[in-house]
Amino acid sequence: MLILPWRLKSHGILGMNRRNIAYISRYNSRKLYPLVDNKLKTKLLAQQAEIASPALIGAIRSQHEVTRLGNMLDGIAGFAIKPAKGSGGKGILVLNKKDGGFVKNNGQSLALADLERHASNILAGLYSLGGTPDVALIEELIEFDPLLADYSFEGVPDIRVIVCRGYPVMAMMRLSTRSSDGKANLHQGAVGVGIDIATGRALNAVQSGVPVLHHPDTGRALKELKVPQWQVLLEQAARCYDVSGLGYLGTDMVLDQRYGPMLLELNARPGLAIQVANGTGLLPRLQRIDALSDADTRLPAEQRVARSQAWFASQTLLDIAKSAEHPDLDPDLRSMTDPQKRA
Amino acid sequence: MSPVSRINLPRLPLFIIVAVLLVVGIFLILHRHWVYEVPLMYGETQTIWSVEASVEFAAYGEPVRVSMARPGDQDGFTILKEAGASPGYGLNFIEGDDPRAEWTIRAADGHQELFYRAEILVSQQPVLQELPAPEIRAVSWPEPYATAVNSVLSRAYATSADNYSLVRELLKRFGDQDPDQDIQLLKTHFGERLPQLLVDMLNKARVSATLVYGLPLEDGRRRQQLVTMLRVWSGDSSEVFRLPGEPVESLTRDPESMLLWEQHGAPVLDVMGGRDSGIRFSMIKREESTYANIAENLSSQHDFLNFSIHSLPIEEQAMFKTILLIPIGALIVCILRVLVGIRTSGTFMPVLIALAFIQTSLVTGLVGFLLVVATGLLIRSYLSRLNLLLVARITAVIITVIAIISIFSVLSFKVGLTEGLKITFFPMIILSWTIERMSILWEEEGVHEVVVQGGGSLLTAVLAYWAMNDPWIRHLTFNFIGIQFVVLALVLMIGSYTGYRLLELRRFASFGSQ
Repeated sequence: MLILPWRLKSHGILGMNRRNIAYISRYNSRKLYPLVDNKLKTKLLAQQAEIASPALIGAIRSQHEVTRLGNMLDGIAGFAIKPAKGSGGKGILVLNKKDGGFVKNNGQSLALADLERHASNILAGLYSLGGTPDVALIEELIEFDPLLADYSFEGVPDIRVIVCRGYPVMAMMRLSTRSSDGKANLHQGAVGVGIDIATGRALNAVQSGVPVLHHPDTGRALKELKVPQWQVLLEQAARCYDVSGLGYLGTDMVLDQRYGPMLLELNARPGLAIQVANGTGLLPRLQRIDALSDADTRLPAEQRVARSQAWFASQTLLDIAKSAEHPDLDPDLRSMTDPQKRA
Repeated sequence: MSPVSRINLPRLPLFIIVAVLLVVGIFLILHRHWVYEVPLMYGETQTIWSVEASVEFAAYGEPVRVSMARPGDQDGFTILKEAGASPGYGLNFIEGDDPRAEWTIRAADGHQELFYRAEILVSQQPVLQELPAPEIRAVSWPEPYATAVNSVLSRAYATSADNYSLVRELLKRFGDQDPDQDIQLLKTHFGERLPQLLVDMLNKARVSATLVYGLPLEDGRRRQQLVTMLRVWSGDSSEVFRLPGEPVESLTRDPESMLLWEQHGAPVLDVMGGRDSGIRFSMIKREESTYANIAENLSSQHDFLNFSIHSLPIEEQAMFKTILLIPIGALIVCILRVLVGIRTSGTFMPVLIALAFIQTSLVTGLVGFLLVVATGLLIRSYLSRLNLLLVARITAVIITVIAIISIFSVLSFKVGLTEGLKITFFPMIILSWTIERMSILWEEEGVHEVVVQGGGSLLTAVLAYWAMNDPWIRHLTFNFIGIQFVVLALVLMIGSYTGYRLLELRRFASFGSQ
C-alpha cells in the first residue's frame, strides 16, 4: 500500500529529507540546540517569556547526591523524574506516593532504590542525546485540566504546536492510551488528534495510522474535543520563538488545572506525524511562512497568532459555519468565517 | 491547495562541486582506461598475484648471507617479474632447478628486513618439464619407533596399489581423528618433525618423496606462513599432497590456489650471520588486461595522473584494497537511509558488520552475528538488574562479548566447524555498543522497534556486503581512483535530496484514500 510521490506532493506532505534540509538546518542554528535539549535551560527560557512550566522540586547533579533523593521527596505526594537532556519522553517516570512506596500511573509500584537507580542511569547519560552526562530533574506533577480527563488514559494529554518563524502552523493533541502505556508517543499507540489552529477544535484523529472516532479506552467521542484556553496556549507557543530563536520549533504544552497552559519541552526536530493527525500536509503552510519578511517575524506574538489563525483555519469548519446558521455554532468559530478581514 | 513552489536555497556552489567531482572522476577513470589500458569490465582479464616475502632477522656485525627459495614456473602459475628491495645488500637471483634469491653484505648490525616481490600470472599452461626424483635415502629408527613405522607401513602397503595410493593411505592414517597406538606413538615422539618422518617412511618403502612448501593464495592476506606439503614420485611423474592437520587448508576458499614456493625439499630460508630469522608473506590479486601494459606503465611511470596505489608495497596495497571499499559501503548506507528511509542501529555500524562478513563469508557471518547479539542481549538484560553505572555496564558487555566469541570459537572447533573460528573477525566494541543500544531500545520502545532497527541494520549490512564483495566493484575501486570522486559526488547529491523517502510513501499512504 503505497502512495505515489506526486500525489503526496499535491497533498503538501513534508518529508523527512526536506524537513531536515529546508527547515531544521535552515532555521535552527546549531548553537541554539542546547536551549531546547536541556530542560533546565528551557525552564529558564519559559520564565523569561512568562510561560508557566512545571515547578522544580529539585535537581540531582552528581552520583553522591542520589542518596538525597529520599529527603527531597519528603512530604511530596506526586512528582516526575526526568532527564534534563532527554528527548521524546525517554526516561520520564511519573510517580505517586502510596504507603511508603511509589506507584506509577499504570499501577506498578517501585521502591526508593528503583528511583535511585533510575536517577543514576539518568546521570550517566542513558537517556541523553549522545550519551553525555546529564542531570536528573524532579518536578511537581501536572494536575491536568478536568475538561480533558475523559480523553486520556493514565497519562497527561499534551499539545504539540509547530511554530515556524514565530507563527503557529499546525497543532495536535496526543492522548495516551492503554496500549501506549500512559505515554503520549504516537508510535507507541497514543491517539493523535489534529487541532484546528483557529478554534482549538478537533479535526481528525488517528491511532497507529488508522483514523479513529472515539478514544479506544475511555470511549469519548474525539470530535467533541476542544482545547480550553486555546488562544493563551497558542500565544505562549508563539512566544517560545522569541525567546529561543529557533525558527522551526515543536512546543509541547499541557493544560494545568491551576496554572493554565504550561510548557513541558521544546523540540528543535519535531516529527512529521502531526500531518497524519491533521490529515493535511505542512508544506503549503510552511511555504506561506517562508515567504514572510524578517519584519513579519518580529511582530508581537498576538498579531502573529491572529494571522496564523486566519491563514490556517480549517476549511471544513469554515464551510460548516458559512453554509448554515448552525444553532450550536461557537461564537469564535463564527468570527472566523471571514479570514481575510482578520489578517 | 496553494501551488507548491520550489525552495530557494543556495544550491549553486553544491552543484558546481558535484559537477567538478564528476568531471574529475570520470576523466581519471577514462584516462586510466585509455592510456593505461586497464579494463573497465571485470572478466576480460588475466589474474595476476603480487606476492611479497619479507625476511626479518637480527644481525650482529658480521658478514651476512641470506638465501631464500624463490617460486619457479609451475602448473597453474607463471612467474612474470621479480624484484628485491634491500638497502645496502647485494642481491643475486640464482636460476636453475632450485631457484633462490641470495642477499649478501659485508657487515650488518641490528634488525634487518629484506623484501622479495614477484608478479605471478595465473595461467592454464601446464609445465612440461618434469622434476627429477631425488635419491632414496636409507633411514633407521631406534626401537620402539622402528616397529611402529614398520607396522604402519606394512598395513598401508597392504591396502594400496601404487605409490600415490600408498601416500593417501598413510596420510589418512595420520589424519585420523582417533588414531591407533602406533600412529599415536609416532605423533607424540616426532611432533613437529612429522612431515620429515613421512618422507623417511616413504623412502623406506622405496618411494621417492620430498617436502615442499606452498603458499595459499588469498586476496588481501598479510603475514602469511608457508604450508608444508609432500611431493611424491611415481616413475617420472610426481604429485603434491597436503599433510593432515595444516590449519590454513580450511581457511583457503579455493584449494587450487596454492603456489609452491619451494619444490625441492631445500630449506626455504637460510641465514648466515644472523639470528631469529623469520619470513612472512603478503599477497594481493589484480586483474589486468595484459601484463605488458602494467609492467611498462604502472610501476615505472610515477607521474601525477598515474597516482595509483599500485606503487605502494604489497602489504599496504592489501590494506587499501579494503579501505577503498568502505566508501561503497557508506554510499549504500546513505542510499538506504536517505532515499529508502531504513532505520539502522548506529549509522555506520552496518558497514563494519559488512566488512566482517567479507572476512567470514555471508552465512557464517549472519549466524555468528545473530548468535553473539542474541546471547549478548540475554546477558545484558541480567546486567541491567544489577544496578551498574553506564560505563561499567558497557565494559561488562564488551568482556561478555569477547567471552561469547571465545566460547563459540572453541565450541565450533570442538565439533569440527572451523567456520566458527571466523567469528573473531567481528568488531567487538561495535558489537557491544549495538547490544547496549538494542537493549535500551527494547526497554523503552519494545521488541517491535528492536526488530525494525536490528533488521534494518542487518539488511543494510547484507546489501553493503554484496556491493563490497562484488568482483566488478572490487575491480573498479582498486584500479580506478576516479571512482572515489564519483562516489563523493553521488553522496553530495544524495545529501541535498529533499524529496520523499520510499518508506514515507507507505507512512503517508492514508492521504491516498482521501
